[in-house]
Order: sequence, then C-alpha cells, then structure tokens
Amino acid sequence: MTSPSPSASSAPLPVPETASSFRVAAVSGMRADHLAALAGCARELSFEPGQVLFREGGVADTLYLIRSGTVALEMFVPARGSISIDTVGAGDLVGWSWLFPPYRLQFDARALTAVTAGAVDAACLRTRMAQDPELAADLLFHLAQVLAGRLSATRMRLLDVYRNPAER
Amino acid sequence: MSTGTRPSAEAALPATAPLSSSPAAPAAPVVAEMTPRPFRVVDRVRETPDTWTLRLVPDDGGPTIDAVPGQFTMVYAFGVGEVPVSVSAVPSDGVPLTHTVRAVGAVTEAICAAKPGDVLGVRGPFGRGWPLDQAVGRDVLVIAGGLGLAPLWPVVHALARRDSAGRAAAVLVGGRTPADLPYRDELARLAAQTGLQVLVTVDRADPGWDGRVGVVTALLPDARFDPARTVAFLCGPEVMMRVTAAALTDAGVPAHRVHLSMERNMHCGIGHCGRCQLGPMLLCLHGPVCDYGRLSPLLTIREL
Repeated sequence: MTSPSPSASSAPLPVPETASSFRVAAVSGMRADHLAALAGCARELSFEPGQVLFREGGVADTLYLIRSGTVALEMFVPARGSISIDTVGAGDLVGWSWLFPPYRLQFDARALTAVTAGAVDAACLRTRMAQDPELAADLLFHLAQVLAGRLSATRMRLLDVYRNPAER
Repeated sequence: MSTGTRPSAEAALPATAPLSSSPAAPAAPVVAEMTPRPFRVVDRVRETPDTWTLRLVPDDGGPTIDAVPGQFTMVYAFGVGEVPVSVSAVPSDGVPLTHTVRAVGAVTEAICAAKPGDVLGVRGPFGRGWPLDQAVGRDVLVIAGGLGLAPLWPVVHALARRDSAGRAAAVLVGGRTPADLPYRDELARLAAQTGLQVLVTVDRADPGWDGRVGVVTALLPDARFDPARTVAFLCGPEVMMRVTAAALTDAGVPAHRVHLSMERNMHCGIGHCGRCQLGPMLLCLHGPVCDYGRLSPLLTIREL
C-alpha cells in the first residue's frame, strides 16, 4: 500500500453528520463514517455534454465519484485526434493519479452526456487518510476493486475476441 | 452460434451427397435433411467491411424454410463447401429467410460474394432456438458480441414489437470498432422509436466515436433489469459469453435463465456425425442455444 501524502496536518478535520447522500456504487461498501469523511472533502459538480473534467498533464487534485452520466477517458494522438480509451458510467469513479506523486493526470476526461459527480478534494482526502489509517485502508480497498475490474476489462480487450479470425 | 466466425467450421463437402449412394441408405427424411435445396439470393446488403446480409427465397417451387429465432441452416456455396449459419430474420416475420455472414474463409467468402440472382444451397432448419416463452412477464437482456448480434436480431425485433406489460428489455452490444458494428442504423432507430433500451460499446474507438468504450459487461450497471425476474440471451465469442454469463449469475440472474448460443463445427446438422459434440451434447440437436446452468461445468473443460 502506498502511503498517503506525508503532509497531513495534525488537526482533525470536521466530519459531516451524515453522508447517506454521498453513496455511489464504487464506494458504497465503505463504512458510514468513512463515507462521511469523503463527503467532508467533496463538493457537487455537474458537467454539460462535451465539457472537459480534466486534461492530461494537469495536477491530479480531484477524485470524481460519478453519480449520473458517462465520462470518456481520452488521449490526444497527433494526426488522429482525441481517442476514447475507456468510458466510465454512473456509480463508478474517475481519477486516481491524486494517490501517487507527482499527482499528474495521465489522460483527458470529457463528459459524453450530462454528468453529475461528487468531486473529492485530493489534498483534503490525503490528509484524512494520513490521520485515519482505517479510512485509508477502506478507501484503498474499494479503489483497488475498481482498478482490478478495469485491469480485467482491459485484458479482455487485449484478447481482441471480435477480430476476424482470417486476420493473421 | 454466431455466423461465420470460425474458419475451421468451413467444411468442404464432396460433390455428391454421400448418403444417397449408401447401400444402407437411411430413411427418406434423413436424405432430405442432407440434401441442399436451391435458394435464390434476392437481396444483399453490406453490414460491415467483412459482413453481408443475404435474403433468400426457394428456387425449387417448394415452401421456404420455416426457422425460428436461434436455429441455423447449412448454407452451401456450390462447388466450394457448406457452413452453419444462424438465421438473422425468420420467414414468419414476413420476410425472406435471412442470413448475415462474415467472410472468414473460402466458403463464407463465396457466400458473401453471392449476388442477387445467384443460387445457394440450404439445408435445415436445425437445432433449438431461443426459448422466447421465458420472456413472457420477465425483464429481458439481449447481450451480443460482434456478429453474435445476428442470431439475436429476430429476438430484438420481437422485443421491439412486444407488449412489455411493464417489463424492461435491454439490448447490449459490444463490438471491435464502430465500423464493425452490424445493423448500426437499425439499432439507432429501435432505440429512438421503441421502448427498447439499447446500449452499445466498442473495444477500440476512432476519433469520430462519441459512445461507450469498453467490454460489454461494463454496460450491465446501466441496463434496466431486475436480476431475479430476468431472462438473458447471449451470443458472441465464447470467451465473451463465458464472462458475461458469470457476471449475470453473480448479479443474481438464475443460471437456467441465461441462454447462450454455442458455436462448434456443425456439419451434418442432424446428430449423426458428432462433429459438434460438447460433452454429453450434440449442439446441432441439443443446441445451439443452451442454458448456462447446463453449460457452465462444460465451459471450463478445455478439452471440449
């Protein structure tokens, strides 16, 4: 497990009394007080179709918990344009580059449809994780589940099961 | 069973029907089942760069082949060979016998090259189709990978016409690239004009693609269905069906209500040659549509 940022402050941050409205599927199995901690670092955002959530190379300062809509993860390829690499729907999350230095975004993210998301401030979250190892473990466990699913799906796509078998 | 995805299924046939000259000739119905009837191509539409839809009418004055969705016929390109192909539209829907075929080898290339007016041989129909009676009163998931949409296409149209009585119906389609998606315009029309929920994803996008990218199972969270009251129909590459069936049963869909169309080397179509054996089953007779409850233990045996 990678340690959260060492820049955690010693003062505990306030935690909202309830975070029931903060549940999305990817983290719905987290403890209620841990969800409340996430909510304490979050704000609600909405994006219009086509609007960019973030760009490759930018500072990874937000974890997006997608409540509704679809987000495309893209990379710009010279002479080809922006290529969609993966799409993420409601209940899923976008962005984990905020976990690891140098906190630099690897891809573009663009709303394909109208999107609503809980946007969790990464610095706040890293601070809370440093203060509360149980929160860190709980969140990282759920992030790892998402990452494992994405890795499996990517491996499936590498199989190229739909190719014409006549291709060599 | 998808259509024309395995070159190894393209079995060249002898120029004459072997059973007709046997001293121990089988009963007349078997001879009839082994004898291709001439069907004339009346329409030919290109679906993707390597896939064509052919509409066929009898050329011998006899009735058309009355297949049900999920069944297959053996289509014979004269002088080249014969392949099993699922029906992608059925005459009971008021259209000619229709096959969508992907050119993957010599036989399917010859079939795809058939133009209106050309004659192909057809035997069948063979096998068990989709158990559409299970859709009554239930949510329905149709999940297709690649050209696996073709055998499901009559089911999609039946769902578009049905009186849903409050039950949901979703069509989930995975493809290699946007250009490889069959029936793309018709899917868009069904999504816009019917109560069907249509979700499409591709493995590899191009710059013009503004839809979903990823595996077909990633669409499941967005599909409207109650797992305990759902029947699912799957067709596509076996790996895709295996993973999808497992995801559905994990979500709570009973295994006996997850139906897969299996592809093996169908040859005779009537359970004689054994080419399509899968464990205790001959898929040309007991399939190609089988439920996951029965198939699940067989799909993990690599020797099968």
